[in-house]
Amino acid sequence: MALEQILLGIVFAAYAIGALAALAARGALGRALVSGGALAGALGGLGLGTVCLGGGRTPIFGASFLPLTGFMVRIDGLSAFFLVLIGLVGAAAAVYGYGYSAAYEGRYSLRMLGAMLNVLLLSLSLQVMADNALTFLIAWEAMSLSAYALVLTEHDRPGTQRAGRWYIAVTHAGFAALVAMFLLMAAGDLTTSFASMRTAALAPRIRDAAFVLALFGFGTKAGVVPLHVWLPMAHPVAPSHVSALMSGVVIKMGVYGLVRVTVDLLGGGPAWWGGLVLGVGTVSALLGVLYALMEHDLKRLLAFHSVENIGIIFIGLGAGLMFQSFGLTTLAALGITAGLYHTINHACFKGLLFFGAGAVLHATGTRNMERMGGLIKRMPRTAFCFLVGACAISALPPLNGFVSEWLVFQTLLGGSVIPQPEVAAIMPIAVAMLALTSGLAAACFVKAFGISFLAIPRSLEAERAHEAPRSMQAGMVWLVLLCAGLGLAPALVLGLLGAAVSGLGRFGPTDVVWSLGLPLRVAGGVGEMSSPLLALGLALMLGLIPLGLWLAGADRRVRIGETWGCGRIGQTARMEYTATAFAEPLRRVFAELYRPSRDLSIDFHPASKYFVQSIEYRSEIHPWFERVLYDPLLHVLGGVATRVRGLQGGSVHLYLAYMTLALLVLLTVARWWR
Amino acid sequence: MIGYVLEVVQAALALLLAPGLVGLVRFLKARLQNRRGAPVWQPYWELTKLFRKEVVVSNNASWLFRATPFIVFASTVAVTFLVPILAVPLPFDGIGDLLVVVYLLLLGTFFLSLAGLDPGSPFGGMGASREMTVAALAEPTVALAIFALALSAGSTNLGQIVARTMTDPGTALSPGHLLAFGALFIVTLAETGRLPIDNPATHLELTMIHEAMVLEYSGRYLALVEWAAAVKLLIFFALLGNLFVPWGVSMTLTAATLAIAVASLLAKLVLLAGAVAVFETRVAKLRLFRVPELLSASFVLALLAVTSSFLLR
Repeated sequence: MALEQILLGIVFAAYAIGALAALAARGALGRALVSGGALAGALGGLGLGTVCLGGGRTPIFGASFLPLTGFMVRIDGLSAFFLVLIGLVGAAAAVYGYGYSAAYEGRYSLRMLGAMLNVLLLSLSLQVMADNALTFLIAWEAMSLSAYALVLTEHDRPGTQRAGRWYIAVTHAGFAALVAMFLLMAAGDLTTSFASMRTAALAPRIRDAAFVLALFGFGTKAGVVPLHVWLPMAHPVAPSHVSALMSGVVIKMGVYGLVRVTVDLLGGGPAWWGGLVLGVGTVSALLGVLYALMEHDLKRLLAFHSVENIGIIFIGLGAGLMFQSFGLTTLAALGITAGLYHTINHACFKGLLFFGAGAVLHATGTRNMERMGGLIKRMPRTAFCFLVGACAISALPPLNGFVSEWLVFQTLLGGSVIPQPEVAAIMPIAVAMLALTSGLAAACFVKAFGISFLAIPRSLEAERAHEAPRSMQAGMVWLVLLCAGLGLAPALVLGLLGAAVSGLGRFGPTDVVWSLGLPLRVAGGVGEMSSPLLALGLALMLGLIPLGLWLAGADRRVRIGETWGCGRIGQTARMEYTATAFAEPLRRVFAELYRPSRDLSIDFHPASKYFVQSIEYRSEIHPWFERVLYDPLLHVLGGVATRVRGLQGGSVHLYLAYMTLALLVLLTVARWWR
Repeated sequence: MIGYVLEVVQAALALLLAPGLVGLVRFLKARLQNRRGAPVWQPYWELTKLFRKEVVVSNNASWLFRATPFIVFASTVAVTFLVPILAVPLPFDGIGDLLVVVYLLLLGTFFLSLAGLDPGSPFGGMGASREMTVAALAEPTVALAIFALALSAGSTNLGQIVARTMTDPGTALSPGHLLAFGALFIVTLAETGRLPIDNPATHLELTMIHEAMVLEYSGRYLALVEWAAAVKLLIFFALLGNLFVPWGVSMTLTAATLAIAVASLLAKLVLLAGAVAVFETRVAKLRLFRVPELLSASFVLALLAVTSSFLLR
């Protein structure tokens, strides 16, 4: 038996055992078995991906492999890359989940959590290996439903049910679009293999329709604006290791699907395809970060940043698609590679940040940043890990976020070679928006880390916080190492990504050629950069400065004193800057977008209005475009639902009549359609 | 080998000249305002004194507060190895292009802002919040100015941008370059905390940004932070001077050209210091919420720069 078959067997078996163990065993043993199964499955998938990607093999497993007919599984470069991604983050989530779910013991259903976690990981792995529409759609639905069950874990908390409803509604709207898309592309037969879809000659109108459906369907999963509404609701209420998986991996299936369908199966299209993806990406990136800035719920903030980062990924992909339509294949490959690089980077640092937020939630019981503070002293390891994640997501060199954003910038800067100036002029706008996004992201993470972890605790819970258990720390450290590794070895990662991209659609091996010396010079790019040497330089510098100070005989005394405060005595947490105050300047700058409502009520002393007895300040942000878009839709849906309710008689005879009627109508339609 | 020596010389020169540059701006400003002013070398005395004083650290602060001066100084000095101050091409050109320079400086700003929040003082928080706001809003202008330069040079590599303008002097006067220069000049004022965005001369005013953020620093930590800020000013001046008016930058690495390079660098620094001093004397500090308007004006300049580069290609 070939190595790939063994590894694939391990993946399926381990997840299945993990899921079954969740139903059978209880307590610490149950949690250990669940985590063990998920870990073994994730590592198996990681091994499978690495073997296929490194060895350049594309094994195909036919229907005979699985008991159900119609299943087709094939692992090409892109599948292998996503298997690696799922394996890396899945393994971390499995380990982290062991410690995190201990607090659920006796409160929430650990059976459901453990089983669905394994089902989710299994369906994700199957998803990226699917080689026909049927397999793809079944895995997609299994992924959506298991994620839905996981979101509802803390079902009695306020907001959870509502988040679940939004999630399941939006995700099924997307699913419907995907079914329609595959029916269009496969001429009605869902068991058609992807290979024959690649060669199918479709009319341009059908291709356009398929693309729009793909963008909508995969966009709902990826959470691009304006289809993102469910994301900031559903991700925060899930258990934190599930949030990490959802933000890190599940939404990446939207990216996977979009690349698979538009680049691979459809082989690229006219320039407006890329332009649309680029536009959607730019808007998502900017709005995602702007809403994140106003958010003071740590997990919701991270969820909005997922919208932002998906936007950055889409910018890379959109630019790639655009270049492809102009025949600039080298630049196109660069754009898609940059997007995929950011995909794996975001999976790592967003997973890490959600783990950190989960550790804080675990220790303080709150997600509200205004009640945190001073955690760096009480949970130093979590704080350090979160800081690394914050630096990575803010694209600070030499971590991984910087490398992929640099690649996206290089792609866009290369865009000036597009022969049509009116199209090429899109690129500088995208560059400016991406730069603004990354600047605002840095501001947002100064807020997130600074308010949550630094200074004085703002509440009793924060003061009593404690370090996370070992298993949770292990999950975080693993992702810290990945963030550093992906940043310091871009040549290695790009080599593997080249293997993943070069097999797609019309890309040949000659289109994806990077010169991967220490200074990274990418084909079609316009600059050079070397993150390992940069890191080395920074490390040298950090060592030399204290040495220099010592040699120069600088004073070494340190006195611990009070924070200086204009003569006031004693400092309390109430004097600290708050998250709201931190974001206030940007709230004013972008007031047109936020349209904040403010409510200030002051109680004056009856004797004089110069003495204030109490002050109350309330401020709220209403994402107005969501109202404009969704309120009419919800209104119409509500109206239709009320009408349809009339059909519900509760009588079995009535329902039988409905079914007969429906069957007759369908048969008539099918008869007269041809 | 001489290239590597030159890299070190360049960084050392930047470190050495930076406090003097700050002193020069202050001196010129004082003279323009009919004051005698402190001598140009005053910042050197200040730094020496600070290095000899003990450090007072707030009891609320964490290790981050004490690590930040080193991170800020290291990242700023790292930039001096990448920016063409005296000569091109240099061996470290391939380590970082203009984008790397921008993000390395952002790294310093990021940590300095965190350190502002760390002692829990409202001043620090206010400074950090404003610093990040200004930095974020300046970012698109910087990116577009880079785009404009990259368009005419075909590269974001600093060495190549300089070399390209040297071989084709006409580009230095192209509207794209001129507009990008204007945009980057405004960004320089914003990023280095000069008037009308920030006032480097005031302490303890509610208008201040950088000074509020570093309020809790003292002794050698403050010296490192202030020195790094001075180096950052020099880096921006060197970028303005050498990317847009590259003449004088040594391209052959002989003794004579290097001497010219040092002389021209000094001349450019003095000129830019004079320009900033005049500018700072002529304008009043903007209200914080008017700053975005200035930054959007610089953004428009940068956008025009790119557009004209596109049209005139």
